[in-house]
Amino acid sequence: MDIIRMKNVKKTYKTGTTAIYDLDLNIKKGEFVFVIGSTGCGKSTLIKMLYREEKPTSGKILVGGLDVGKIRNGKVYKLRRKIGVVFQDYQLLQNSTAYENVAFALEVLGLPKSEIHPKVMKVLDLVGLKNKAKQYPNHLSGGEQQRVAIARAIVNGPKILICDEPTGNLDPKTSMEIMEVLEAINKLGTTIIMVTHDIDIVEKLKKRVVLLDSGRIVKDYKEGEYKK
Amino acid sequence: MKAFRILGRNVRDSFKSVFRNFSLSLASISCITITLIVVAVSIVLTLNVNNFTSLIEKDVTIVAFLKTDITEEEIDKLYDEIIALDNIEKENVVFKDKMDISKEMMAESETFRSIMQNWSREESPIQDTYQIKVTDINLIHKTADDLRKIDNIDVVKYGEGMVEELVKVFDVIRKVSIAIVVSLILVTAFLIANTIKIAIMSRKKEIEIMRLVGASNINIKLPFMFEGLILGILGSIIPIIITVYGYTALYNHFDGQLFTQFIKLIHPGAFIYLVSLVLLAIGMIVGMFGSYRAVRKYLKI
Repeated sequence: MDIIRMKNVKKTYKTGTTAIYDLDLNIKKGEFVFVIGSTGCGKSTLIKMLYREEKPTSGKILVGGLDVGKIRNGKVYKLRRKIGVVFQDYQLLQNSTAYENVAFALEVLGLPKSEIHPKVMKVLDLVGLKNKAKQYPNHLSGGEQQRVAIARAIVNGPKILICDEPTGNLDPKTSMEIMEVLEAINKLGTTIIMVTHDIDIVEKLKKRVVLLDSGRIVKDYKEGEYKK
Repeated sequence: MKAFRILGRNVRDSFKSVFRNFSLSLASISCITITLIVVAVSIVLTLNVNNFTSLIEKDVTIVAFLKTDITEEEIDKLYDEIIALDNIEKENVVFKDKMDISKEMMAESETFRSIMQNWSREESPIQDTYQIKVTDINLIHKTADDLRKIDNIDVVKYGEGMVEELVKVFDVIRKVSIAIVVSLILVTAFLIANTIKIAIMSRKKEIEIMRLVGASNINIKLPFMFEGLILGILGSIIPIIITVYGYTALYNHFDGQLFTQFIKLIHPGAFIYLVSLVLLAIGMIVGMFGSYRAVRKYLKI
């Protein structure tokens, strides 16, 4: 079953630049997909449309059954609650502890404290940060901050995790640690789409790889097909 | 239950972020404080101007001089005729006997005394009068004309010409002062809203993260609105203290009147609390809507 469907998607910015041309892409439930391509090829635009940071100019995007292009501004949160998003720069609240950052995603859903606590501790354990729950982001290393961001993204059990260059700021060793966390999450059934520049990681993990160039999919490698 | 939990969290977070963003909060609070002090002063001034001008207007009296040959019965009948007219304040139609008027005049001046002391009721050229107050000063001219038509009234006087001028000038003063207050309040609202906007601009990322993790727009706006509300309340504390204590001190210092007994100050009692309430309301409303507008900008994608 496809959890993400993109059909004839086109995105032209107000400036007149077209970032995506007639793109078709289907992603099955539980898949792990890398999106790669050179800078400016439309990778970021592609995933931004998935979490409705950008709207497609034309075409249809279905994410978990929701028609992304038709979601009104005030209803975007409904989509956001179904997906988790992780960024290169972590996007953590600097004034809140690791625990508070993760708990925040559940607080906005109106969950009671008694439910929030076990869930937050569980995901912090999953990303290996159980003993750093009370630390503030600026006391954590880059890898640790990214783990907090991942924990926050998955704490409410989203079906889809979108990662925009999550290892972009990290050294190779830490990057691999993050990838291990993501793989573990993927094994639990979460679909992961990850945009990256890091070809080494892509080759090592042997997942499906979508290669973009100038706003078009030029190659869709099946698991294990991609070679540098 | 869920809604209350979210509301509770919003209130808690608002208090937290007032302190976590202390320097920005302080900037907003100072802005609110200073502008509200200016507003407070102008409201106090305007209301006092309104008060004393209407007091003066109320003080304007029409004096109807009665014919000298009038009898007691006719005086009583005349009273009924006067109060039957339009625009008459019925409880303020007062008869003054000419002998009483002489006494008053003699008490006022030695010269009058030497001339008038030997006059008997029959000799006295002074006339009995009715002193009449009107309900609407703008119609005083017509009321005076109506009085003139009554048989036993000899002459009607009320400071014709000067009263009309006074009314006109007071009207302009009142309108101008109200316009000043209204525009000051608008400027205040604008200034406060802008300060808050700048404070919130620095928290754009926070808003983006809230959106990212699936906070609904109302859930993002509410904590900021509460925060604005708190800033508004904190910012209006000093202006309210100044109004309450400052105005009371001023009132006591001047003994309730400014320079002359014609300019009476409004008694502090309920007045200072009313002004305080207005200040608090401005602080709260502008704080809240300032935040609302600033946040809304970041929720449009």
